[in-house]
Amino acid sequence: MSERETKGKVGVKELSPIDVYKLLPKTNCKECGEENCMAFATKVVNREVPIEKCPPLLTREYEKAYKQLKEMLKPAIKEIVVGTGEKAVKIGGKLVMYRHEFTYFNPTAIAIDVTDEMADEEVLNRVNRTAQFSFDYIGQTLKLDMIAVRSTSDNPDKFKATVEKTVEKTSLPLILCSLNSNVLEAGLAVAPKARPLLYAATKENWKDMAELALKYDCPLVVSAPNDLRLLKSLVKTLLAYGVEDLVLDPGTFLGDGLGDALNDFTMIRRAACKRGDELCGLPLLGVPMVAWMDRGEAPEEIAKWKEAYLAAMQIVRFADLVIMHSVDGWSLLPNVVLRQNIYTDPRKPVAVASGLRVFGAPDENSPVMFTTNFALTYYTVASDIENAKVNAYLLVVDTEGIAVDSAVAGRKLTAEKVADALKASGIEDKVKHRKLIIPGKAARLSGEIEELSNWQVLVGPRDSSDIPKYLQQKWQTQT
Amino acid sequence: MTKPYGEKLSENKPVRCQKCGKSVRPKAPPLLKAKPTEIIEAEFVPPVETYPGKIVEVKLGATRGEGGTRGKSMVVGGETTPAFYTFEKPTPHQPVITLDVFDMAVPLAKAVKMHVKEVVGDPAAWAKLAVEKFEADMVTIHLISIDPLIKDASPKDAVKTVEEVAQAVDVPLVIGGCGDPVKDADVFAEIAETFAGERFLMSSVTRDMDVERCAQFIKKNGHVALSFTPMDLNLARELNHRLYDFLPREDIVMDLTTAALGYGLDYAFTNMERARLAGLMGDAELAHPMSSGTTNAWAAREAWLKMAPEWEPRELRGPLWEVVTALTLLLAGVDLFMMMHPAAVKTLKEVTRRLLNGGLGDANKFAEWFSKKI
Repeated sequence: MSERETKGKVGVKELSPIDVYKLLPKTNCKECGEENCMAFATKVVNREVPIEKCPPLLTREYEKAYKQLKEMLKPAIKEIVVGTGEKAVKIGGKLVMYRHEFTYFNPTAIAIDVTDEMADEEVLNRVNRTAQFSFDYIGQTLKLDMIAVRSTSDNPDKFKATVEKTVEKTSLPLILCSLNSNVLEAGLAVAPKARPLLYAATKENWKDMAELALKYDCPLVVSAPNDLRLLKSLVKTLLAYGVEDLVLDPGTFLGDGLGDALNDFTMIRRAACKRGDELCGLPLLGVPMVAWMDRGEAPEEIAKWKEAYLAAMQIVRFADLVIMHSVDGWSLLPNVVLRQNIYTDPRKPVAVASGLRVFGAPDENSPVMFTTNFALTYYTVASDIENAKVNAYLLVVDTEGIAVDSAVAGRKLTAEKVADALKASGIEDKVKHRKLIIPGKAARLSGEIEELSNWQVLVGPRDSSDIPKYLQQKWQTQT
Repeated sequence: MTKPYGEKLSENKPVRCQKCGKSVRPKAPPLLKAKPTEIIEAEFVPPVETYPGKIVEVKLGATRGEGGTRGKSMVVGGETTPAFYTFEKPTPHQPVITLDVFDMAVPLAKAVKMHVKEVVGDPAAWAKLAVEKFEADMVTIHLISIDPLIKDASPKDAVKTVEEVAQAVDVPLVIGGCGDPVKDADVFAEIAETFAGERFLMSSVTRDMDVERCAQFIKKNGHVALSFTPMDLNLARELNHRLYDFLPREDIVMDLTTAALGYGLDYAFTNMERARLAGLMGDAELAHPMSSGTTNAWAAREAWLKMAPEWEPRELRGPLWEVVTALTLLLAGVDLFMMMHPAAVKTLKEVTRRLLNGGLGDANKFAEWFSKKI
């Protein structure tokens, strides 16, 4: 199914729990919280727990086994931590090139920029909007991750002042951007222990940047626009210099350079994951904000739009971190949702348990509705019913985690399934009416459901946001 | 390679003394080698792969010379590498966009409606607008009114609608059914015969239709089948396999189901990416061009709902939702996009045109982003 795996190295899919188990203490001591070492090994292989959860393994006696396990479980793309404390962000750590080969770890981090020539108010406003960005989606809160401070002044004092203002306001990790090491060091002086990501080492300044990265123990971006040979050479050089936490910036381009931008990311990621090229096995930085570079006289919306779609393409094609300029909700929302989608675990269906759910305190006259067990559909419908503050029953029908319209088209939602679910739920003992409100998008099943279940079908709204209005207008006139 | 120079040298393992036989620890050598003073050169060899499979090329629409009446025909498929891996091989054809036209009024998002409200209810005018103003490569005429649960319009009525559209525009057409397996087959049969030789794409042939009958009238009258399955590659293989008994592979495009951004796009993406890689690796039953009902993006409430002010305006959020859904699937390998919003269409065309060129960019133009004022 997949492309050729790296030669000589066990592919992530081929690694079996036995491989891990062989190196564990095999004492079934349960200190890790699992029943036995085999259960622990299974979780380790599925990357559900780190091997450090096994205390004996960390003792001197098992030092060799620990090292072997570490090597065996090492991701193709190195995991790098930016920032410190609770808000620290892990980037990279990917095991595979394609999502279906396992799952992707560490969702693409999104950084928003400020500059050292923006007015104070603008800096604070942008930092606040970044820190406070929040969107609730299937029981998760989607957020932004970092602030990139750029020096447009090339003036160390100005840069220092902006970094200072930023760290006063937020504990989000920083990316400090300037090719001038004096400017960067001025910024580091006010955030010496913050472990920001430094941007960037180039073929001209790499020695100064390496010294800074070592002195302040910071990860460092390596930049070589559209020159992968130089990029790799710089990585090799910096590693020899002793800087280990590196991030790759092969450049982000728009216009006719879009093909290069995608190709560079793809080649680097494939070299790391499929050819075992460790110099390429590092996180990738994308910069969708280049969309603002050749804006000319065009309205801001055009740059925001281009930036958003470029970010989407990079989130899909291997970026571990992106730097963006727009803080508009309309342009960021599709990307934080896309990122969540791409980084869900394809090994697990995004479904909730089927069965009957109760909202408020329903009685024998309360409405009965149904929806599918696709997690997103369920949470959306549930939140709309809760907001309406009505007493109701909601029957969750097992559609194998598929949404209503796709499930109807794909015959995962059928009249038989609905009728069976009604019967199995025991709802017939709970209400005295026999009226089932069905999703508007399942309208075509009406007749068949009535035939099979002997319930009267009322076709509900096509979107659950209309449930409150529907119940008010239709259900009350019904009863 | 990631080991720092010091680590290996400082392991400081005991060794046996050759003179006395005792185990002794050597003195730790100096920790670090000299730091490099020049760039250490490394090679980069593009990781080019070869693939045993090739995605079949399918021609949509037929010109007068080709037995139809269309002004041009379009070819989809033909890839020999994953989507836009242009460092391996050029992409043979720019992906094609077909715009939705409905044969009656349907619920539309406000952001879409504002562009088409003049033509709703007049499929011929709508098709003209799609082609002339929005630059659609093709038009999909959705025959909603044939649905027995809606208007139950007859196959003859449907033929009349298609006739109007085919007269109004000369691009290749996609014929969209209503989702009722029996009615769709009856309507497609009538249309196939009336418009013999046009290479219309029949959207779609599903597992619960009379597959044999559909394949036969599609073959006999020179059209193309859109083989639709619900996000399951085994079902897709099975349906394609059944079609092979009557149809050459060059007459089949497949639709593996598109779910909207935020509403299962991850399933659709991975399913399509797997199908494309499998096709290239030699799985002939999946080596067909892929079509996506990208319009499904508008099923996401975030695409059309009025939300709190920080997420507005929805007039931009909505089409961007469609663009992001489309681009995600473009990178999975989709060849044919069924779309809705003119701005989304324009962006997709721009992106695919640029990607076809694959590698003529001016890196310097964007390289100084970190120091530029905006």
